[in-house]
Formats: sequence, structure tokens, C-alpha cells
Amino acid sequence: MTENTSLKAQNGPYFGEYGGRFVPESLIAALDELEATYEIAKTDPTFIKELDELNKNYVGRPSIITEVPKFAALAGDIRVFLKREDLNHTGSHKINNVIGQALLTKRMGKTRIIAETGAGQHGVASATAAALFGLECVVYMGEVDTERQALNVARMKLLGAEVIPVTTGSRTLKDAINEALRDWVTNVDNTHYLLGTVAGPHPFPTMVRDFHSVIGTEAREQMLVDYGFLPDVVAACVGGGSNAIGLFHAFLDDDAVKLWGFEAAGEGMNTLKHAATLSKGKVGVLHGAKSYLLQDEDGQTVESHSISAGLDYPGVGPEHSWLKDLNRAQYFGISDDEAMQALKALSQTEGIIPAIETAHALAGVIKHGSELPSGSSILLNLSGRGDKDMETVGKYFGFLGNKK
Amino acid sequence: MSTQTVLTDLATRGEDALVGYFPAGYPTSADSIEACVAMCEAGIDVLELGVPYSDPVMDGLVIQVATELALANGFKLSNFFETLKAITSRVSTPVLVMSYWNPILQYGVRRFAEDLKAAGATGLITPDLIPDEAGEWLKISDELNLDRVFLATPSSSTKRLEQVASVSRGFIYAVSTMGITGAREDLDAKARAVVAGVKATGTKVPVCVGIGISSSDQVNEVNSYADGAIVGSVFIKAYRDGGIEKLRNVVQELKAGN
Repeated sequence: MTENTSLKAQNGPYFGEYGGRFVPESLIAALDELEATYEIAKTDPTFIKELDELNKNYVGRPSIITEVPKFAALAGDIRVFLKREDLNHTGSHKINNVIGQALLTKRMGKTRIIAETGAGQHGVASATAAALFGLECVVYMGEVDTERQALNVARMKLLGAEVIPVTTGSRTLKDAINEALRDWVTNVDNTHYLLGTVAGPHPFPTMVRDFHSVIGTEAREQMLVDYGFLPDVVAACVGGGSNAIGLFHAFLDDDAVKLWGFEAAGEGMNTLKHAATLSKGKVGVLHGAKSYLLQDEDGQTVESHSISAGLDYPGVGPEHSWLKDLNRAQYFGISDDEAMQALKALSQTEGIIPAIETAHALAGVIKHGSELPSGSSILLNLSGRGDKDMETVGKYFGFLGNKK
Repeated sequence: MSTQTVLTDLATRGEDALVGYFPAGYPTSADSIEACVAMCEAGIDVLELGVPYSDPVMDGLVIQVATELALANGFKLSNFFETLKAITSRVSTPVLVMSYWNPILQYGVRRFAEDLKAAGATGLITPDLIPDEAGEWLKISDELNLDRVFLATPSSSTKRLEQVASVSRGFIYAVSTMGITGAREDLDAKARAVVAGVKATGTKVPVCVGIGISSSDQVNEVNSYADGAIVGSVFIKAYRDGGIEKLRNVVQELKAGN
């Protein structure tokens, strides 16, 4: 590819017509400061060295790749490779971005971070970084999610963070972001909003992607060095889209590599109870960026539904909307039940318990892997581990009695 | 009369200006019409009619709760313009529409602007649209000669204040403090600095101060250095707690400082 057509080189604020800064004027100075700080930091050898060392000695990077032949057999005659982000410190990919932004927070001289969280993984990662760097930390979490992810609430509190249940709106991730934005507007002088996904106003979609791009950069290299080829498909689950873009980014200019994103279809793509933003949404503005979103004809955000708190979001990062329109990536819906069956399948065939979010990508591989020619290979981002989900899983499969 | 003329005339006469916010459809469309007409009759100088939205990031709890109720009670853009027209046909007060950007985007920016004008409003206040992202709206509002109110804040750079001043029409919405809507006892001294910053650009567009204003003393104080005070949450609380009568009384009380 020539430099002009490189998809990898796209750095915002716009991805095609998507992205931008649709936020109150009150936040513009903070976004400008963040962008300027990040632009300097990302080429500053001191910053790069510090980030690399933390990734190596605190997060545990590089994460390994595990081939899972027994699981792959469920999808046909293909090979499946897992990029093991579940083995990172705190148990998911979320820590990659959090460490980067926490370093930027220190650079900006701010002393307090706020974060939104759905599944609690980003909240836990943020609380972890706050403890490590000595920052005050407040995490906004929808009241519904504090109930279904109670263990992560306990983890955040143990780490010294304050967890504020959000009781307005649908009481899930979308409303947690609203509340975090309100806090940020009010306390922007000393506070950094440590946004946990590739959504939000510029520079977040680009910056968060960059901090997660280590996933794909490592994985691409590992595939070439350890196996001698690039995968035919790279796959990931998509809520806001951070783990997916983290894996996809290194492969954007490898035209032969297909990109598959799997959204939460909840109770089904033909019901109203899903979170399949790219498949079923329309273009609009939410949380500071233009992108696909689930909305009614008046532009009111529609509540999303998913068994997975981390995918239960009616928006998606603008770069995914752009990749969809370009047909560079394909996005599919995976129902609650398909995800839960895949979660069980990976656990029982390979002894790896994935997060419910991640299980959507695993189900997608089972569902669509058989469409690939014999001998094809899929690299999947195993974005998080399932420990946090044991209550939901236990209830779903009747391991905790007969409740479903 | 245009918004700007109303505010400028008041300033010339040395009178305080009061801009009042109320959400359409709260608690129902019919109720909101009566409430808005009562506010105008009781003395507000400019009415800011809000479009309820599912994700109002600039609003505090009082307005959030009110607009959530309006949506739960069936507020739709399809009948918003009838509500607007019912108000403008009964009052001579300039009426601006305050809306987050996505409802306008989905309705169609041009269609929204044309319907708004046809229903007798003078323009739009856009809390989550900065001039940098407003290309289509700037063009259409020029064509239709509509007011467009952008925000100026304590953190805005001189360059950004100049940009806001150069594209705003009707008035400029100076955010009094860093924060979201809702009454605060001590009005931030930052308000004076924002207004001074905007005035220093040499703009002739009036500057009104909003966020945190709840008493007649504050309305007075703000009007000593700005061209108007914007009040919202206090009016909603008044209506919530005491209906039209209480709302009317609070408007008169805030206006009475004159």
C-alpha cells in the first residue's frame, strides 16, 4: 500500500465522516491539553521507556499466543490462535490503555482520575493504576452493573477507589459515561477522565487505540516468528471496540487478512434487546463523537441489552464505523446464548475460562469459521478472563442451584 | 423583536435581563405550554425552550429528572414544533430552542431549522456543538437568519472566545463556573472573567451568564457586568413543587431585583 492509502496512518480527529469533538465548550481546553500532552509524550523516549517497562514488569507483556486445536475443531477444519490478554495483570486488555493514560495524567500534573465502567474491568484497571501512581480515583458504574459485577466493585474498593453507582437513565455503561462527563466538566482543573474505550471525543479514539495497538503489533510479530504466517482472519468482540481495534490496527494494511468483529445480539438480532450497534444502528452523535449508535427516530439513545455488561453499550468507536463503511472489517451479531455456549466450550475443551464479552468472539469463530476454506487460521483476541462472571455463569448453567 | 434587540434595549434602559429555561413536554406538552406562557407573562425577557434528550451531559439532576419524565410521558419531536408554536403564538417574548445535537442531526439540520423558524422561534442554543463542528448549522442559520448561541467558558482560550464571539448571534452563553446546570449559592467569580474576556473581543453580541443562578441578588449581580442572567433549574423546582403559581412567583421574585 502507498502511504496515502494506509488505513493504519489514520489518526483522527476524523475517520471518514466519523469522530470529531461533539462536547460542551467547557471540555475543549482539557481535550486540547490532553492531545498536546499525548502528541509530545508519544515520541518522547522517556515516556516510551517508562511505558515499555511498565508493560513488561507490571502488566506482564508480551502476552502469549495459545493455539487451541480442540476448540478449533468445533469450527471446522481451521486453526485458532488466542492472543492471551486475559493473562495481563488485572485480567483483561483494559490495563494497556490505563497505564498509558495514568502516565499522561501525571505528566499533566493532575491528581485525580475518573473512569466509567461496565463489566468493571476498566474500573478495576483504573483503580489499579491509581493505586500504583498515587492518584485519587472515582469510578462511575451503572447501578445495574454494580449488581451483576459485584465482585469487581469489591476489587475496586479494595484498591482504594470510590465506586459511585449511577441511578439515572438506563443505569448502565452509557449513563456511567454521562456521569463521568458531568464530573469532568465540573472538576477538569485537577481531574483526568480516563476513558476506557475507543469512543468519546478526539483524541480518545486515537489515543486509546494507540495504547492498545500493542496487542496487534505483538500478535502479528508472534504469528510471523512462531508460526511463519499471518492469520487469514483476526477476530474480536466489539462493545465500544477497544480490544478489537487494538488487535485490528496492526493488520489494517494487510489486505489479505480479514477483520471480524462480533457484537452482542442479546436476545437476538430481530428483537429490540441487543447491543449490535454497527449492524443495527444509525449514524449519530453520542458521548462526543459521530459514529453508529442505537437510537430512535428522534435521536434519543435506545437502551442496549446484553448478558455481558462490557458489551452493553449503544455506541461504538468511530474508527469501527469507518472500517465498516469501507468494508475493511465485517461485524456480526452473537446472541447471549451463543456466547454462553462458547464460553463453556472453551472452558471444557482447552481449560481456559474467558470473560462473557470475549465469549462473543469465540462464538463468532464457531459460527463463521466453517465458512472459511479448509486449513484457514483465525487469530482471536482473548480479551479477558471469566472469573468476574462466575455468578452469571453459575446461574446460567444451573451450577448454583437450578436458577437460570 | 429580535433577541439581540430585546437584550440591547434592556441594557440601554439600565434594566436587568432574565433568560428563563423550561423543557418542552415537562411534565406533558400541554403543561409545558402553560408554564412557558406563564414565565413570559411573569417577566422573563427571553425564553429558552429545551428539547428533552436521553443523554444530557451538561445538565444537573433537576433538569435530568424533568427531561426524563418528559420523555417517559411521550415527548416526540413530531409534536415539539406544535408546542413551540402554541407558545410563540401567545407571547411576544423571543423564544430560542435549546437542544443537544443528536436530535437535530436525526431530524435533519435544515428541516429542524425551517420548522423552528416556521413555529416562531428565533434560533438555537447548542450546548454540545462547538463552532468547529457546526459548519452545516452556520450555513443554514445564515440563510434563514436564525440566532445561534454558543458557549463561552472559564477555560476557553482567547482564540476560542474570539471564534465564539464571531459566530454567535442573539447572545453568547457565558458559563459562570466550571460545571453543569443547577443552583449554586456562591456564583463563581470566574463568571466576571469570562464576560470580560468575551467583551474584550469587541463583540456587539450581548453576553448572558448561566449555570448556578438561583436568587434575585445573583440576577442583579450578573446584570451589573453582563447583558442578562440565565436561570433554569430554579424554575423547574418551583413548578415541580408548586405548579404554575409558584413558577410565576419565582419568576417575579427573580425579576423584582430591578
